[in-house]
Formats: sequence, C-alpha cells, structure tokens
Amino acid sequence: MLANHTAMLYSVIAKAGWFIHGRRRMSESRLRVSKIDDITQIEFIDRNILDEANIQAISDEISGIIEQASNPHLLINFANVDHLSSAALGALITINNKANEKSGKLRLANIDPQIYEVFVITRLNKLFSIHETLNDAMEQFNKATN
Amino acid sequence: MGDPQTCILGSETVELLNDRHAINELIERILALAVGTGLKDAAIFAVRLAIEEAITNAFVHGHQNLPGDVPVLVEFKVSQGEIQIAIEDRGPGFTPDTLPDPTLIENLSKPFGRGVMLMKAYMTEVLYNPQGNRVKMRYLTP
Repeated sequence: MLANHTAMLYSVIAKAGWFIHGRRRMSESRLRVSKIDDITQIEFIDRNILDEANIQAISDEISGIIEQASNPHLLINFANVDHLSSAALGALITINNKANEKSGKLRLANIDPQIYEVFVITRLNKLFSIHETLNDAMEQFNKATN
Repeated sequence: MGDPQTCILGSETVELLNDRHAINELIERILALAVGTGLKDAAIFAVRLAIEEAITNAFVHGHQNLPGDVPVLVEFKVSQGEIQIAIEDRGPGFTPDTLPDPTLIENLSKPFGRGVMLMKAYMTEVLYNPQGNRVKMRYLTP
C-alpha cells in the first residue's frame, strides 16, 4: 500500500516536472551566450533558422544584449546552422545596424559553405565581417582594440 | 482554368496552414521524394530554401490582411531530373518585377526584400501568374 502511494507520488512529481519543463521550453532561449573579455559569443542552438517566431525571438534576445552594452562586441557562431532563410538574414542585418549605432561590432564565424553562398548571392558578405573560425574573429577583435 | 504558365499537370495539391509543424512536414515530404529521384545535398539545400521563401512570402505578404487560419495552396510534382512546386495565396498579389534589387549598395542594410531574389538564384525557373498571387518554381537537375 505504502509502496503504491510512493509510486503514485513519484508519478505525480514526474508529471509535474515534465509539465514545468515543457512550459519552460516554450520560452527557452534559442541561443547559447557566453562572454570572453568584452566580447559576447553567441551560438545558435537550432540547426534550421527558418521559423518566423524563432527568428523574432532570436533577434529580440540579441537586441537586448546590444542595448545593455555601451559598445557591444558580438561574435555569432554559426557552427550548428544548416539552413537559414531571408528572414534570418534580415534579423542579422537589424542586429548589425543596432551594433553599429552603438559604435559596436558584429562578427560572424564558422559559416557552412552552402550558407556562405547565400551571403555571397545576396552580397551580404560585403556588409558583414565574416571569419572562417572563431579564433580568426577573436583575433580581429583583439587587433581592433590594441 | 488557371494560368497556363504556372499550372503543373498531374501535381499533388495540399492546403497548407501557417503552422510550422505542417510546413516542415510538407517540405520534408517533397524533399524525400526529391532524394528518391537521386537529388544531391546541394540541390536539396537549394530547393528547401526556395520553398521556405515562397511559403513565407505567401503567408507574410500575401495573407497579411487575411485571418491567420486561411491556408495557401501548394502543388508539387517530383519526377526524374525535375521538381515543380507552385504556391498560391489568397491575397491580392504583387508585381515581382517592381521589387528593388537588394544587392545594390543602398539596399544592403535593409532587413527585407531578399526572398524572391533567393528563389530566382537557386531555382532553374521562377514564374508568377499575372495577378502575382501564385508562383511556380522548377528545379532541373544539372
């Protein structure tokens, strides 16, 4: 009897935990953000950046980071990204414009060759500072500050 | 009878709601058929991007003044060496030829206006009906 009650209690706790976890997931960040010196490194969690709602959430979150910094230095790591849409490019442009307005700098790194081609076709490779690796991008940040 | 230039004979037709799960499911279904005909990774990337852009345009621009539960029509036909997809929205249409060139220096920092350009860059052929509410895209295997 006691064992049954204990099992039921665990079951209720597990369901509640799943529910809370499920709700938390709804508003969960789509980014991994870390800070090295004064450079904010941002990594996308999603492999596909296509969903309008997700793109808006990503844009809002990065805009919040920019607003909180005096001259924001941002490095976006595309290592996980397989696909992106023109709406995602639009969000990156908005982020770049906001960083520039605050005398900051946005750099992009680790872009898959197929996605890099999208930047070339749209000529956005001329607008953004794109680096092959995170190290290359970090070096450029360091050169600019020294 | 619809516009002959943008119709696809013998196509499958789906009414698609603006729901990410449904959109993903349909795109994956079309791409699975394409993979089955031997389409390679680079071509899959191209076709996926073009379909995404066309569906986004249909809902975001075509249906901007319509209720959120109005579906768009997607027609597709996948055969050896050729993929055809048509997307028709229920909006008023637009004139694609009047879109500004997003690659001009003065437009580079504008955060919109690249969808149609990407569709044209990645697909073999992109045609609109005279009303501008239906687009047909063809990808021919090189």
